[in-house]
Amino acid sequence: MNDARLHRLRARSLKLLQLAALFIAMSIICLPGLWVVLNSFRPTVEIMAKPPVWIPQELNLDHYRAMFGDLGEGGVPVMRYFTNSLIISVTSTVIAILVGMAGGYAFARYQFKGKAAIFIGLMLTRAVPGVALSLPLFIVMARTGLIDTHIGLILVYVSLNVPFTIWLIDGFFRQVPVELAEAAEIDGCTRWQAFWKVEFPVARAGVASAGIFAFLTSWNEYALASQLTRSTFSKTMPVGLRDFTSEFTINWGGMCALAVLMIIPALILTFLVQKHLIAGLTFGGVKG
Amino acid sequence: MTRPRLPAWFVLLLPAFIVLAAVVLIPLLLSLYSSFTSYRLTRPETLYNWIGTFNYEKAVQSAHFWSAFGRTVLLLTIALNLEMLLGLGLALLVNQVTYGQRLLRTIMMFPMMFSPLLVGFQFKFIFNDNVGLVNNALQSLGLTNVAIPWLVDGQLAFISILVAEMWSSTSVFAILILAGLFAVPRDPIEAAKVDGCTPWQSFRHITLPYIMPFIYIALAIRSLDVARAYDIVQIMTNGGPARRTELIWTLIGRTGYVDAKMGYANAMGYISIFLAIAFTIYFFRKLNAARAELGMGG
Repeated sequence: MNDARLHRLRARSLKLLQLAALFIAMSIICLPGLWVVLNSFRPTVEIMAKPPVWIPQELNLDHYRAMFGDLGEGGVPVMRYFTNSLIISVTSTVIAILVGMAGGYAFARYQFKGKAAIFIGLMLTRAVPGVALSLPLFIVMARTGLIDTHIGLILVYVSLNVPFTIWLIDGFFRQVPVELAEAAEIDGCTRWQAFWKVEFPVARAGVASAGIFAFLTSWNEYALASQLTRSTFSKTMPVGLRDFTSEFTINWGGMCALAVLMIIPALILTFLVQKHLIAGLTFGGVKG
Repeated sequence: MTRPRLPAWFVLLLPAFIVLAAVVLIPLLLSLYSSFTSYRLTRPETLYNWIGTFNYEKAVQSAHFWSAFGRTVLLLTIALNLEMLLGLGLALLVNQVTYGQRLLRTIMMFPMMFSPLLVGFQFKFIFNDNVGLVNNALQSLGLTNVAIPWLVDGQLAFISILVAEMWSSTSVFAILILAGLFAVPRDPIEAAKVDGCTPWQSFRHITLPYIMPFIYIALAIRSLDVARAYDIVQIMTNGGPARRTELIWTLIGRTGYVDAKMGYANAMGYISIFLAIAFTIYFFRKLNAARAELGMGG
């Protein structure tokens, strides 16, 4: 009797402890981001206040207004950065997906010599640290005139994303039964038709999530972009963030506003594909 | 006469090979060559000045290089291990929850959307000694009344960078391990319970072997991208103050772009590439071994 009560008490306190730990963990995950969002709406005086102001007294859109405002008044060419980022990320993602689909299909459907070695080789190109790659790329691009152009950065991002899209898409095509395509071919489809009419629709969601993963990588990349872009003509948003820093001071409020602008598209896209993304990575990896 | 047909898999992989050759392989060959020259960005003609392995010898003899190298390996080792453990803990916690798990999973993905550069700025702000969140909180709680120089003191800066790096990457581990936990079959665990195993025993001998491949996938994915930490460090401290948080990547960046000593920077770059490749191959081998143990190899 007493024993059972003790047991119940222990189970309940364990449950409570678990919830508390979960709450703390989730707060740590959310707080830094929310703090940035909050500060983008607070006047600089309040951000810099000493002693600190914990409960926001005043929230306004000043930082956003200044950011979109004229250059002289603390504005940055944010629309330019946004369109640059968008053009570069979308184009490189589309190309990376097409290349990745071809490569992933090859790994999923064909048996050939040295498959594992080629796969590891492709992955290793991704392991090259951005800064180590940026040095020779800088020299090559400066010689070929591709520096400070959209095309240069698009090319770089395609190669950055291809290994990973191949990995993901390979995993998704593996989940499509071979029999499905074979049946279509027996019914008179060519291999090409069988791919587009049968296999691709089944794996479509997976391909889309690989695309979003590639998009996020391009959207957030900094180490290479910071060296390969020079002017507003090709600067992307992460590089643009540096416009808010000067030698000794940083305009935190303005930076937070641009940061929010950067996160929103990423946020929407990630929520859309989270389920497929996890499935793709794990199935591709475990059953590979 | 017809040309011999290339195998289909080769044709399909060809675009990937071409792009990677153009953007990764050829520049890397160039950097391999230039690492044997005294190439300086400001004097293009020095590209043809062959100096043998001088740059490598210089790097190997440089105390700055070795301290940066050691610090990088230390940071990666601590960060990857802690991220793995915390990610495992977080995944186990979330796995226990039955109601609202979808929401928790979504929240867990939050840091993954942040550009590493943004993470750098964010934590530079948070650890700012004057207006940062951490010092403000400590002072408001009355725990201290001095401004702790989080990003100025060498050791504290290392910890700050570690925190930023862990914040941005722990969720990758948590999410992949959680996916592994979903795949663990129920029967053996229940059988173990009937046979009188403690929860720890059934975790250690049943759950853990099942999620090992997932842990190694996470480690492999992370090791492909370890140099992401460069963005964070570059923003938070840029290796300073006085090289106290110098990592191999910030050292390369500064040598190449600020000092314009491209040849020397490329030599160090090569050493950093081998470091990254060593980490990656290690985890891929572990992944294969874990797969084989579960009979999923091949």
